[in-house]
Amino acid sequence: MKIAVLSGKGGTGKTLVSVNLAAAVKNAIYIDCDVEEPNGYLFFKPHKIVSERVMVQIPVVDENKCSGCRTCIDFCKFNALAYINNKLVVFDEICHSCGGCILFCPESALLEKTKMVGQVEYGTSEAVTVITGRLNIGEASGIPIIKKLLHYANNENKITFIDSPPGSACTVMESIKDVDYCILVAEPTLFGVHNLNMVYDLVKLFHKPHGVVLNKCVDEENPAEQFCREKNIKILGEIPFDHELGMMNSNALIAVRTSETYKNLFTSLLQTVIEEVQNETIVNP
Amino acid sequence: MKLAMPVNDKSIEASISDTFGRTSYFLIYDTETQESVFVDNSAANSQGGAGIKAAQVVVDCKAEALLTPQCGENAAKVLQPSNTKIYKTQYNSAKDNIAAFNKGELSLIEEIHSGFHAGHGAK
Repeated sequence: MKIAVLSGKGGTGKTLVSVNLAAAVKNAIYIDCDVEEPNGYLFFKPHKIVSERVMVQIPVVDENKCSGCRTCIDFCKFNALAYINNKLVVFDEICHSCGGCILFCPESALLEKTKMVGQVEYGTSEAVTVITGRLNIGEASGIPIIKKLLHYANNENKITFIDSPPGSACTVMESIKDVDYCILVAEPTLFGVHNLNMVYDLVKLFHKPHGVVLNKCVDEENPAEQFCREKNIKILGEIPFDHELGMMNSNALIAVRTSETYKNLFTSLLQTVIEEVQNETIVNP
Repeated sequence: MKLAMPVNDKSIEASISDTFGRTSYFLIYDTETQESVFVDNSAANSQGGAGIKAAQVVVDCKAEALLTPQCGENAAKVLQPSNTKIYKTQYNSAKDNIAAFNKGELSLIEEIHSGFHAGHGAK
């Protein structure tokens, strides 16, 4: 069972929800796909860490063969190539490693070279397997790291929580494309509703069963809750805007492992999520 | 000598575009013949690397100087080896900057900003 946790922006509570749900399961797999700034490991403090480098193929020019026809330059929609002073130049950090320039070069003047763009680290925290992706600073795309991370999401006997990157861009799509269920985390503000709407559109586009966790709830009108009622979106649970939780979080403590109240809250949320996923499998096998 | 400028309209009176890479047009102005040619910037709607492609347009027009309010590091990596000098604009309109350039009042750009790559929609 693979469950992704998303939100339209950062700081909404994706990591809070995914870390605590994984901790509530005990022997779950937690995968941090927010490869530009992973932070789940700060809570889990995994040990026995093994890391693996993530490599991509980028073009390199054989100047003796290049005729200056510019087929590669015209092909590249990321503009990673330029023709300067009668020489083809590759901008390594702009290249998205699609390989198209190499395929289309009529002179076979482009060869491949390997470049490291980041790494994947895996370790354990109590019985939770913690897998973290890390993109090197300045690299064009986190997609190769996320692809590598999701190789570890194929354990049929365990529940995998995927802590997705913020927003609704390519890296989020890559993170959710093979999941069974999406949890959308929302803040109780108009801005929160706007961001929720973005990921709501995305999960509908991907035909993913989904539900919402309302985070930072106070005793006031909650625009995100209204949005869910209007759109008929399942509300999976609510997390209060609570000083004690904030303190645990800022001290990098996992609420489920620290507080009985939150152990109960997230265990109950976990039950709701599992029931929802199973219902979806029955309705939409 | 040929000058290139990112402009918002196809007119010598046009305002200089705030951005180099994603400007709509380039004005290529010949200081000897006083002729103006307007070139569409094919990089304007790029998914990424607009500065590189826009600089390629400028270099391919054989401009010896670029007058621009700002320039990114990747564009500079295309322009500088091609011996295209980068000057900082001082005025709003293309015309006023050309006049200032002719009087030797414009200075070479000092600050090349780093890219805006992270965070564009198609990353």
